[in-house]
Amino acid sequence: MSNRSLSSVVKLSILSVVLAFTSNVYADPVKAAFVYIGPTGDHGWTFAHDQGAKYVKEMMGDDVIITTVESVEENSDSERVITSLARKNDIIFTTSFGYMNPTIKVAKRYPNVKFEHATGYMLEDNVSVYSARFYEGRHVIGKIAGRMTKNNVIGYIASFPIPEVIRGINSAYLAAKSVNPDIEMKIVWVYSWYDPGKEADAANALIAQGADILMQHTDSTAPMTVAEEKGVYAFGQASDMREWGKNAQLTGIIDDWGPYYLERVQAVKDGTWTSTDVFHGVDSGMVKFAPMNKSMPKDVRNEASRAIIDLSMGKIHPFTGPINKQDGSPWLAEGETPPNYPDLLTMDFYVEGIEAKYPN
Amino acid sequence: MNESLFINIVIGISIASVPLIFAAIGELLVERSGVLNLGVEGMMIVGALLGFVVMSHTQNSYLAVLAAMVGGMAIASIFAFLTQFLLTNQVATGLALTLFGLGFAAFAGRGYTEETIQLITAVPIPYLSDIPYLGPLLFSFNPLVYLAFFMVYLVWWFLFKTKQGLILRAIGDNHDAAHAIGHNVVRYRVMAILFGGAMAGIGGAFLSLVQVPIWGEGMTAGRGWIALGLVVFASWQPFRIIFGAILFGGITILQIHAQGLNINVSAQYLSMLPYLATIVILVSLRMRLKNKTNRTVPNCLGRIFHSTT
Repeated sequence: MSNRSLSSVVKLSILSVVLAFTSNVYADPVKAAFVYIGPTGDHGWTFAHDQGAKYVKEMMGDDVIITTVESVEENSDSERVITSLARKNDIIFTTSFGYMNPTIKVAKRYPNVKFEHATGYMLEDNVSVYSARFYEGRHVIGKIAGRMTKNNVIGYIASFPIPEVIRGINSAYLAAKSVNPDIEMKIVWVYSWYDPGKEADAANALIAQGADILMQHTDSTAPMTVAEEKGVYAFGQASDMREWGKNAQLTGIIDDWGPYYLERVQAVKDGTWTSTDVFHGVDSGMVKFAPMNKSMPKDVRNEASRAIIDLSMGKIHPFTGPINKQDGSPWLAEGETPPNYPDLLTMDFYVEGIEAKYPN
Repeated sequence: MNESLFINIVIGISIASVPLIFAAIGELLVERSGVLNLGVEGMMIVGALLGFVVMSHTQNSYLAVLAAMVGGMAIASIFAFLTQFLLTNQVATGLALTLFGLGFAAFAGRGYTEETIQLITAVPIPYLSDIPYLGPLLFSFNPLVYLAFFMVYLVWWFLFKTKQGLILRAIGDNHDAAHAIGHNVVRYRVMAILFGGAMAGIGGAFLSLVQVPIWGEGMTAGRGWIALGLVVFASWQPFRIIFGAILFGGITILQIHAQGLNINVSAQYLSMLPYLATIVILVSLRMRLKNKTNRTVPNCLGRIFHSTT
């Protein structure tokens, strides 16, 4: 190779480095990270968040670099993961209630990084909280369950006794009770978000005890497969689980985080991000529904659709007084609806009528 | 409590215990040969994945179970090679095997999280299952449930009724002496490790082929570790594995049923029980060891064997 061509190669490479550098400066993609509690293949909670992350990537393209970390346990491990992400990212979404304290701790050490914590209630200047009013979805499936059950027993597979899960149980129970006064709700806590074996055990146990409709607040499709096998009904959780319960799934509550994630990441890019407290429901499209099963009678489908419309227009609230707590003490007076904080966001009691003992 | 609920609880307990029986009986043989393989969880999850994958492609349950065994053995063979030929530390290698297995299965199983298969269902034995009460309780289980109990018997028979079993136990108790009188320590141990892998593989496949017709990463959810505890709980005696597995699995099922029936028990305390029992048994074993009456813990457990000749 002659000297001349060598120097041109050097010049070219210098040029390309300079170009790459300047183009980087101008493009300046936002770095967004997501921390997940389960595997993205759970087809439940984590799957739905990951769909949201993918939506952001699809809409923003090269303007965003997305990092995701799956199956992060809610212990000191999560603090380590969030810390290492905070060193390299502009905005971090921590998508489980149990990440609340680690998120706040790391946020204090990295004041320039924006944090978004799902389903919690602790705010900082650089920490937003966001959640969806899934209890609105539970209201709809509660009504359907109340109409569709023959044994008047609903089985509820619950994960951990945190406000988010308690809201769902109370809302579903009140809605079912409103259309079927004889309803009984059996609640089993499996103390895990994701353990297909144990979720299936719980589903089998509830069916053996007479439940002919299952609701779940755990993340795997296992309860749906059990319902399909045993010929009872169930509701999809966080995403459409029709694939696992062609006959069993009556409808499902679908979490649609995509638009919210896009809005927040875009805000970081535009420099307009501020700490907010978002609690959207059916009205904003954050809570959606899977198609209703054709086996449902028309009047039940109509009633459910009506409830969805009323919720989206803000005409009804799943928690409308008079409602007493389980011990009989009054919670909401006639016509009263609860404020987000503290009532909804820190809910730690069953409503009157639920027979199960509140877990401690 | 009505009859059908009782039978349902029994079936539930059997389903929760069987994966533990498979994994623990395999590990028991491995430990009897003087090798500690902490990779049970990793071998189980690979078995769960391979069983599921083969089932979804072939719809043949025999092939699926076979594939799960082969999968467990394949990953166990890595452990055998590292610990028996390269003489690596067994504890570290076993832990690595678990981490590797979980990661590998999660990666290789990516495309299967959306699939669903036909479960291997229970086959009531003709005539016998029609006997009132006893029929549903004893003769209407899944074929793999009977296989689990049979394997326990087989391992007991092998260990205590055959010459090879005696040699294997001798190797586990004193590998130098066994080597000195001409037994091939490494060959016995490799065979034991492979058997342990095959059993863990079926144990894992039981979850994805019998319990739920789905594949999900990490779906063994710590059952491999419970199986390891179970071997200690059973103090290396095969038949005690059955008792322990029913206790460990039974507590899970009973506390779920108790919740549904509004019986006031603390789930946390109940979940602690098996582990508490394991600790108590460990302590009592240690005390017996002091009195020189212990005959159960394989003396060479976890120790590296290196023939100097």
